[in-house]
Amino acid sequence: MLIVSDMEKTYPTKSGGFTAVSGMSFHIEEGELFTIVGPSGAGKTTLLRCISGLDDVTAGSVTFNGQQVSGPPREFAVVFQDYARSLMPWITVAKNVELPLMKKGISAAERAQRVASALEEVGLADAMEKKPFQLSGGMQQRVAIARAIAYRPQVLIMDEPFASVDAQTRADLEDLLLRIREETGTTVLFVTHDVDESVYLSNRVAIVSRSPSRIDEIVDIPLPYPRDQIRTKSLPEFATLRTHVFGRIREMVSTATPMAA
Amino acid sequence: MSSASITRTTVSSLNAAAHTGRGRLVLGLLGAVTALLAWFLLSRGSDNPYFPPLEAIVERAWEYWTTPEGVDNILASLRTLSGGLFFAIVLGVAIGLVIGQLAVVEQTVTPSLEFARAIPATALIPFALMLFGVSDEMKIFLIALGCIWPILLSTADGARGIDTTMRDSARAFQVEGIQFQRYVMLPAVLPRILVGIRIAIPLSLILMVTSEMVGVQQGLGFVITQAQATFQILTMWSGILILGILGFLLTFAYSLIERRLLRWADPRRDRES
Repeated sequence: MLIVSDMEKTYPTKSGGFTAVSGMSFHIEEGELFTIVGPSGAGKTTLLRCISGLDDVTAGSVTFNGQQVSGPPREFAVVFQDYARSLMPWITVAKNVELPLMKKGISAAERAQRVASALEEVGLADAMEKKPFQLSGGMQQRVAIARAIAYRPQVLIMDEPFASVDAQTRADLEDLLLRIREETGTTVLFVTHDVDESVYLSNRVAIVSRSPSRIDEIVDIPLPYPRDQIRTKSLPEFATLRTHVFGRIREMVSTATPMAA
Repeated sequence: MSSASITRTTVSSLNAAAHTGRGRLVLGLLGAVTALLAWFLLSRGSDNPYFPPLEAIVERAWEYWTTPEGVDNILASLRTLSGGLFFAIVLGVAIGLVIGQLAVVEQTVTPSLEFARAIPATALIPFALMLFGVSDEMKIFLIALGCIWPILLSTADGARGIDTTMRDSARAFQVEGIQFQRYVMLPAVLPRILVGIRIAIPLSLILMVTSEMVGVQQGLGFVITQAQATFQILTMWSGILILGILGFLLTFAYSLIERRLLRWADPRRDRES
């Protein structure tokens, strides 16, 4: 469905160029929850920007349903890490969710219905007329998720979406994401630096190396859905998988930067 | 307690007062009253015809500027002022938004803009007179021309520097065209537009008076030059006084509007301060 093939991204710098991603290849199946995990500075955000069409690739390609991605496709929705800056502070929560729907082909009644049900879904039906700043960080990220689901994407792209909220909120938002995926069957591409989160959420976890980053290993996570913060995480398989992924990342960090040890 | 430490305490509590809204207001009023009192006392009983006593100026101001003729002159000035500012704001914001968002346009027009901006608007008075004759249009043209620069440049700069996450989230959801300008770009740039207007207001007053001093038969600038020419020094001073009051009220009213708009554009602002 979504194929990244031999992708490379180089940013121009004074000293020639910085290659953030190189020789990156993988594919994501329809309905899959695919997570990219890697050490910080691994070009994960760069990778997401290229896949979502916000940045052009330097070489290789990203194709979605056989079409080369250039510019953000209508079928993708993105949830950014920085909710405070990805929501518009001057409009209400409801208007933020509605804004991407305000184009031809969607009637006002349908927009209102989609906004209401998306906010209902994330548990913010009461906050429609509030401004984003009046909500907590976790709630703001829920608004961003509501905006994404109201958009009805085929692929939901999430860039470290839960990195700036506290642990409890994070667990709640993870379960919210799993529930939404269960109900809508949306394909999810998730980026995180948190190993537990990657294993807990995913069908498959791709471990990426430090820049120029490429796929180090893709790990299947055969844990059954629905998952549960306590039950799933206390399974021995969970521990094994988590240890494996964690070990790979540790190895990468220690070989890549012997100075830091 | 020594007198030095008393002074220090007084100064530090005054400094503390300067950081509260009410404290600032009180200090500002105190300063204004002192200045007025000084003017009043220093000019009292003055028989120098060039520097009449403040009392006499106020008296004349009251006499002249409440007559229909006086009121007409004030209104004429306000009309050109608001007309000029209106065009400066509308065109400045529109052009600024285009320049700030289209790198090609920016690179093409920047040198010409820098050149045009370097020409003092007053230097174009003869040209404006030729183009529009002695008329309101001439004055509005001049004010708009002089005031457009700070608004245009500030808007363009703001549009260029819009938060990347905000722009990306709009792009990712294909919020484009009019929707993007209205719901994302314009509110994001609003604080910068407001700064531009704040700079433009004093400029507009200068250009208003200057343009009224050349050949026009109406307005504050006209009354002031006319009074000077006919040696009515009191009327001249009263015109200057009215101008000062007008400028002050305009700035004050603007700061109220500005604060409201800023709070709307970024409600977090209030919490931080």
